[in-house]
Amino acid sequence: MIKLIALVPLFPLIGFLINGFFGKKLSKGLSGGIASVSVLASFIVAVLAFLELEHSTNKSHVVELFSWISADTLNIPFEFLYDPLSAWFLLIITGIGFLIHIYSTGYMHDDAGFSRFFTYLNLFVFFMLLLVMGNNYLIMFVGWEGVGLCSYLLIGFWFKNQAYNDAARKAFVMNRIGDLGFLLGIILIFVSYGSISYGDVFSRAGVSSNAVVTAIALLLFIGAMGKSAQIPLYTWLPDAMAGPTPVSALIHAATMVTAGIYMIVRSNVFYSISEVASETVAIVGVVTAIFAATIGLLQNDIKKILAYSTVSQLGLMFLGLGVGAFSSSVFHVTTHAFFKALLFLGAGSVIHAMGGEQDIRKMGGLKGKIKITYITMLLGTIAISGIPPFSGFFSKDEILAHTYEHSKLLWVLGMIASMLTAFYMFRMLFLTFFGKFRGTHEQEHHLHESPSSMTIPLMVLAALSVLGGALGLPEFWHMPNWMSEHLSPIILHKNPSALDHTTEWTLMGLAVVAAGVVIYFAHAMFITNGVLPLENEEKMKPWQKLIYNKYYVDEFYDAVIRKPLDLISTAFYKFLDLQVIDGLVNGVGSMVKGTGNVVRLLQSGNIGFYIVSMVLGVILILLFTFII
Amino acid sequence: MLTGLLIILPLVASLLVFLTKGGTARTLAMAAAVAEFALSVFVYFQFKTNPAAANLSLNCTWVESMGIKFAVGIDGISMLLILLTTFLVPLIILSSYQNNYDKPNAFYSLILLMQMALVGVFAANDGFLFYVFWELALIPIYFICLLWGGENRGMITFKFFVYTLFGSLFMLIGLIYLYNHTGSVSGIKSWAINDLYAAGKSLNIDQQSAVFWMIFLAFAIKMPIFPLHTWQPDTYVTAPTQGTMLLSGIMLKMGTFGVIKWLLPVAPLALEKWGGTAILLSSIGIVYASCIAIVQKDYKRLIAYSSIAHVGLISAGILSANQQGVQGAVIQMLSHGVNVVGLFLIADILLRHTGTREIEKLGGIRNMNGQFSVLFLIIMLGSVALPLTNGFIGEFLLINGVYQYSAGVAAFAGLSVILGAVYMLRSYQKIMLGEKPSSGIEFGSLATSDKAVLIIVCIVIIAFGVYPKPLNDLAEPAVKTLLSTLK
Repeated sequence: MIKLIALVPLFPLIGFLINGFFGKKLSKGLSGGIASVSVLASFIVAVLAFLELEHSTNKSHVVELFSWISADTLNIPFEFLYDPLSAWFLLIITGIGFLIHIYSTGYMHDDAGFSRFFTYLNLFVFFMLLLVMGNNYLIMFVGWEGVGLCSYLLIGFWFKNQAYNDAARKAFVMNRIGDLGFLLGIILIFVSYGSISYGDVFSRAGVSSNAVVTAIALLLFIGAMGKSAQIPLYTWLPDAMAGPTPVSALIHAATMVTAGIYMIVRSNVFYSISEVASETVAIVGVVTAIFAATIGLLQNDIKKILAYSTVSQLGLMFLGLGVGAFSSSVFHVTTHAFFKALLFLGAGSVIHAMGGEQDIRKMGGLKGKIKITYITMLLGTIAISGIPPFSGFFSKDEILAHTYEHSKLLWVLGMIASMLTAFYMFRMLFLTFFGKFRGTHEQEHHLHESPSSMTIPLMVLAALSVLGGALGLPEFWHMPNWMSEHLSPIILHKNPSALDHTTEWTLMGLAVVAAGVVIYFAHAMFITNGVLPLENEEKMKPWQKLIYNKYYVDEFYDAVIRKPLDLISTAFYKFLDLQVIDGLVNGVGSMVKGTGNVVRLLQSGNIGFYIVSMVLGVILILLFTFII
Repeated sequence: MLTGLLIILPLVASLLVFLTKGGTARTLAMAAAVAEFALSVFVYFQFKTNPAAANLSLNCTWVESMGIKFAVGIDGISMLLILLTTFLVPLIILSSYQNNYDKPNAFYSLILLMQMALVGVFAANDGFLFYVFWELALIPIYFICLLWGGENRGMITFKFFVYTLFGSLFMLIGLIYLYNHTGSVSGIKSWAINDLYAAGKSLNIDQQSAVFWMIFLAFAIKMPIFPLHTWQPDTYVTAPTQGTMLLSGIMLKMGTFGVIKWLLPVAPLALEKWGGTAILLSSIGIVYASCIAIVQKDYKRLIAYSSIAHVGLISAGILSANQQGVQGAVIQMLSHGVNVVGLFLIADILLRHTGTREIEKLGGIRNMNGQFSVLFLIIMLGSVALPLTNGFIGEFLLINGVYQYSAGVAAFAGLSVILGAVYMLRSYQKIMLGEKPSSGIEFGSLATSDKAVLIIVCIVIIAFGVYPKPLNDLAEPAVKTLLSTLK
């Protein structure tokens, strides 16, 4: 099956073409069916190939398709790499992708753009697969920008709403800022190593100076900041919630935004060499984790809470990468894909039940009305909050343990971020499902559980969120940590834990106690005391106002980037271009015209004057030729 | 011989078309353009089997006493640009099917005459002949703009004409200067390209610098490079759509092609000394024009400024004088040519359907014509160089080439990656998305000819983005040979 690995991206591509060209003529069942089956087919191939890889001693397979770009020493083949890392991402993308396709057939059922939605979704899966399957950085870049395009198209899916279109454009442009860094990084890789294929580059990475490696690692990380929504390029992700909820689950939580993690794990050799780069990654990660988590505390839009949570969780993954815990970060990518996809889809089910309402202030008491949604979301919330034995506990604990070893300060910050996570998640859960219903009578009357096409994916994801921790049991439990073993062939500098068991147990215990205390506190606040979010800003304390307004970062960017850019552009156009440069050109023109008016007088018609001038001219020419 | 045929065919067709009356002119011109394209494809296959085949080139004496020859031939780069020309001219004619121009016989005759001159420019192997074709190309486009242009066309066209002619005269002086230095060994002066190369190399650095700037001036105006660009937006906007397509799709490539073939090899020392200055000007132009494009109100003018940005990167890549930069430039010349024809047709379609090209007055077209919005989207993505579109291949190679000259300049020039997305996406959103503007516009289905052109452009965008090998196979060895002459 590994030889046929190109089938994995091929199926969604076919699905895209069918829906793209004929989608409007197909029935909804057929259109959604083709899209879903194409991803299912990819999933099956991915599973079979994965089993083959597990039993094979050769862990790295290259499949060349054709020669793509060739310019003298620069040779870029279009080829795929199938190894433990790409194999694992294929499973996540196609597996979760398939569940979300199924869910979407229910969620998008009444939308006029049904087949268009699946066209984009299939195209997204195709590009996401290219991203993780490429055997060189440029194929990764193809997937990277391709998923960016799909993200743009899906955020602005309801294109009549210009606010949504603005969000889509913001996502694309902000990603492009990162992409420029990524592109320059790729070029620097080529200039330094004469190749951009992974195998060549990683084997030669040791030859170049530390400064070059640091530059490469930082440039790549700029790309990762854009795609994975890290400070300072994170503000597009909360806005991206304008897209349909399945999109938020698939693209803006489970897969696309983890591309930055994939990129750094793939390039782990650079980050193992460059301490500056890995420290930067860790610090940006942990700061983002805390920063976004605090914003999550006071948001009232159920999807925005989850969006800030995603930014924060991605920050935690970057913290892991920065401290060298590469496989732990992939583990957290995996469990996060389970519980965050679950939470988003659950939120979609809530929104569906509420007739489009996303404000948790208008919800409350839903647990009896939409039971499956409630139970699955409860499981997801427990998983993300780090309560054992749910999946999130294990992956987060692994990252934090490695962080502790690296730096106690970073560990404290990471702990704070996790505690904030537990708080805002339970706040969301309590306000949504407990207490009294706060919406309209009409909404209350309308409340209903979603169809099984939506609830079945919820249940599957809930099961994965509960059990997913088994993929990476702690080594000091004397259990096999499957994930770290699986990824060991691609991690070039391993970083085994040197903590003694007492410390590990203590850290773990502290994390659990902290989460427990926070949840208790949240319970006391929102259930026992029935605190509700403030209805308007005026009643807020200054710090609440600051957080509620997301630290005014959007306003800040507007003031220091967007407005000055418009201003400079207008000045360039109205003043420099039209007045100065063109003015000069026209000035020269009028000068010539003026001179012409004077010189014209020389054409007097006097033959004698002409002859004298001619002779003078000939003499001048002769002189000129002799001198030169 | 075949190359000579490529030049003569449009010339003869041009005369015949001029003699016809009424609607037959367009049909005949279209037939001639398609025949010319077929001929060029045939030449392409000949060239591919044997690049040195004798039947490809033509070399006859023209003015013996002055060493002028009618020498034309083909290498990988000129083959690609001839194919671009012969491919675009039928598309340009097809795109005119919805416009009813007065005196169609003159209009189409001039287009074909223009084609003849363009093919001549790309095929010339004699300095004097090159200059003749170069100036000849200016005449038909001047009349096309003057006779069928829009508002204020007299002034604007005159400025364009004088400006480019002014540059060309400096090139002529430069070429004569080189000609005067030929024949130092044999004693026979010659305009042959290789003799001019040799003459240029025999010059000292100061002489080369003078030649470099004189010739570069002509090319820089034609492209145009900042700050010699102010004739361009007005001319592009005022010219009839087909004129704009000829200007931007093909004619500006005369400038970039000129730098590759007629400037780099004659002044390698000067390139080392002054190349940096020229790259800097080109790069400033990229960012400068991109910024200006952001605040444009007329979509056609926006495309005009974006074209300055694109050609700036092409120029910077060429002047960095390495394989990736020059090859990227060649590839991008082709991609830009095709994409810009698509974009200007879109501007024309907007005007024809809604009566305006003003971005602020448009909106909601996505909802009225889904097919148009998809085609527009693909062409826009090609223009912002999304991977797997043709624009990406060239842009990646170009930034790579400039990076090898200077990482800082590459990062600066690379800002176009971001700014391009800003102005393209912003204008697309305002024109196509959202609700219909309150002023109310209607946008029906596309005419078959418009649809055909847009679909062909889209196919090319994706096909060569996914599989650029046929283009690279021609460009790669040709650029390698060219660069080896610089050493």
